[in-house]
Amino acid sequence: MKFQSIALAAAIAAAGLSSAMLPAPARAQAAGEQFIPLLVYRTGQFAPLGIPWADGKQDYLKLINARDGGVNGVKLAYEECETAYDAAKGVECYDRLKAKGTGASGFDPQSTGITFAVTDKAFNDKVSIETMGYGLSQSVDGTVFEWNFPLLGTYWTATDVILQDIAKKEKGSLKGKKIALVYHDSPYGKEPILLLQKLAAQDGFELALFPVTPPGVEQKSTWLQIRQQKPDYVLFWSAGVMTPAGIREAQASGFPREKMYSVWWAGSDHDVKDIGAGAKGYNTVTIHNSASRDKVHDDLKKFVYDKGQGTAANADEIGVMAHTRGMMIAMLQVEAIRAAQEKYGKGKALTPEQVRWGYENLDLSADKLKALGFGEIMRPIKTSCSNHMGTDWARIAQWDGAKWQVQPDWYQSRKANLDPLVAEYSAKYAKDKNIKPRSCS
Amino acid sequence: MFYRENGQFKTSYQSDLQIFPIAQDRIALALFALVAFVAVPMLASDYLFRAVLVPFLILSLAAIGLNVLVGYCGQISLGTGAFMAVGAYAAYNLNARIEGMPLLLSLIGGGLCAMAFGILFGIPSLRIRGLYLAVATLAAQFFTDWFTNRVAWVTNGSSSGSVSVSALQFFGIALDTPARKYLLCLSLLVLLGLAAKNLVRGAIGREWMAMRDMDVAAAVIGIRPVYAKLSAFAVSSFIVGVAGALWGFVHLGAWEPAAFGIDKSFQLLFMVIIGGLGSIVGAVFGAAFIVLLPLFLNLVPHWLGLAISTGTASFLEHMIFGALIVFFLIVEPHGLAALWATARQKLRLWPFPH
Repeated sequence: MKFQSIALAAAIAAAGLSSAMLPAPARAQAAGEQFIPLLVYRTGQFAPLGIPWADGKQDYLKLINARDGGVNGVKLAYEECETAYDAAKGVECYDRLKAKGTGASGFDPQSTGITFAVTDKAFNDKVSIETMGYGLSQSVDGTVFEWNFPLLGTYWTATDVILQDIAKKEKGSLKGKKIALVYHDSPYGKEPILLLQKLAAQDGFELALFPVTPPGVEQKSTWLQIRQQKPDYVLFWSAGVMTPAGIREAQASGFPREKMYSVWWAGSDHDVKDIGAGAKGYNTVTIHNSASRDKVHDDLKKFVYDKGQGTAANADEIGVMAHTRGMMIAMLQVEAIRAAQEKYGKGKALTPEQVRWGYENLDLSADKLKALGFGEIMRPIKTSCSNHMGTDWARIAQWDGAKWQVQPDWYQSRKANLDPLVAEYSAKYAKDKNIKPRSCS
Repeated sequence: MFYRENGQFKTSYQSDLQIFPIAQDRIALALFALVAFVAVPMLASDYLFRAVLVPFLILSLAAIGLNVLVGYCGQISLGTGAFMAVGAYAAYNLNARIEGMPLLLSLIGGGLCAMAFGILFGIPSLRIRGLYLAVATLAAQFFTDWFTNRVAWVTNGSSSGSVSVSALQFFGIALDTPARKYLLCLSLLVLLGLAAKNLVRGAIGREWMAMRDMDVAAAVIGIRPVYAKLSAFAVSSFIVGVAGALWGFVHLGAWEPAAFGIDKSFQLLFMVIIGGLGSIVGAVFGAAFIVLLPLFLNLVPHWLGLAISTGTASFLEHMIFGALIVFFLIVEPHGLAALWATARQKLRLWPFPH
């Protein structure tokens, strides 16, 4: 009986504590702070990618607060929320953080699945969704996707750039070649398929699709099939624990790593480091030039890590590609806030709608980027009402067994290939959702 | 003292058969309904609706459905996620392919498709039982995972495999505010919960329980195993299917097959076990435990202002949550519903226990 009383007491206590959730926790937020929500995944199958990414985002915000004292004196406040790459949890985090402070100044959901789920909500809630290098590829079209910003590139631009590099190796033509796509079986991995199918018909190459069931630690059968079918190239749309597993299987089944091209999320140091020489030749596409180092890395070390304020366990993570991309995302967000402050009043905390204007009117020239410490990492970007991506420069980096070697060429996706697809699918989205495209003239 | 039954006499068969025979229970329930239907929609915040109450209500509904099968009929199922998925995708297809399809019909259609699917995958239960049946229902889960991922027709040719619905309307009322979504889920939970409660109190429920307690004996006294087991599968998967459709339509809005993966099946089974097998209110308790507690544990470090990393907080949440499950199962193997019964028993005698 005594045991039961304990349980009873515990159950009542738990019920009482849970009901304490009722008054939604309104944590005191100092007036005049700009709130930035940080959706992250530090646990789960994608954690190897999610941790440096999340660290990069938070580190850059810390740097702005420590070095510049915020944006024109407005300190940046932030709060992390763990999604574990799960759409339902991501939606919960989104709802939890969207109204904090003066309102969330843009979400970076770090997941295409979560982006799908929150995109519909963002139209009603009026908050921006920033998806640098991922998300819905058709959301480049700002007339339909007023609140989405797939800055610097999408999966379609990545696919197109990879095919350009392959075509260059094949002396200009992909005709008669066989290209395989090994992909994480989720919205993330499926995103390039549409464009690949279109280009296969157009350029005359054969496309073979190999879905890998998440989390993708088991890929033996996939790579045995690849050994049978002997594709000329493999595009690798993986992330997290799936990437090293796939490279190891490629090694085991004798598929040449120099014929593998991965999307940027499968191309960071943690993906290949442990395999070392076994991954030699493995290619990845980089968003602009995110494989390089610049002044921002030195500043981060000096103002944040040397003072023991860094988010990562130690300063070695600085300069890792996933970490740099996290900083780029945070930087674009901070610059959107800065641009919006120019219009709506310097030194004021802004509403999400005002920040959205900032995203839409980003204009980062080479000089500005240099001053920010991103001159080497990025090329100039300018967004507009109809173009929510800005510029989609990309390069190919190759792992030489010890570090990434960036190849000399710069690529941009071919407009003739992408624009019709973007137009078609954003129109389809607008029709499905009853959205009236706004006019940008 | 406050909870005395003195003077409450049952003078007709009807009053003897009611669900809540004690007057105090009825009053408390009426008050509770008043709070849930009137006070909560007026007072609760956006976050509370969208992230806490709506998922809680929908998963309660699913847990009630599963409890009919596992708790009342004794057929262990690991395919609940699949039944939810069938409900959600069937409702989605009805909604997307038929112009002007009313939401309620889509939801019911989703439930009916899940029902057919449930009966199909319930057929093996006639020959196999216990853990072996659990493995057989696992087949439903894997089949659905494959089906929703690979067959383009199911997702209406969506290139990413993710589907979404929008502009939901319920008899001309746009379901655009969280409070309205909450009320829809609450109404369906109350309706289907009452229906389930009455079914398990009736003849068919007794057949299910007889099947659960000993199927050979049940067959000997004239209960048809085919009918009893398959009807449990049908009722259970109908309710689970409606819950799945609600989960997709009302809670997520846009979803991918992973939303109804094996994790969901396990989560629901845990709800039923922790809440109490063979109890309708237990399913609701179980859903509350599994949905609300992790959220609460996740928020605690923020309230206390503890500076621990998000990753650590997440791991701590899992550890404490796991420990609590073990604790509750040790002290009360019959689930939270049994605790609730004990509490009521004590209240009836308080303050003069024997």
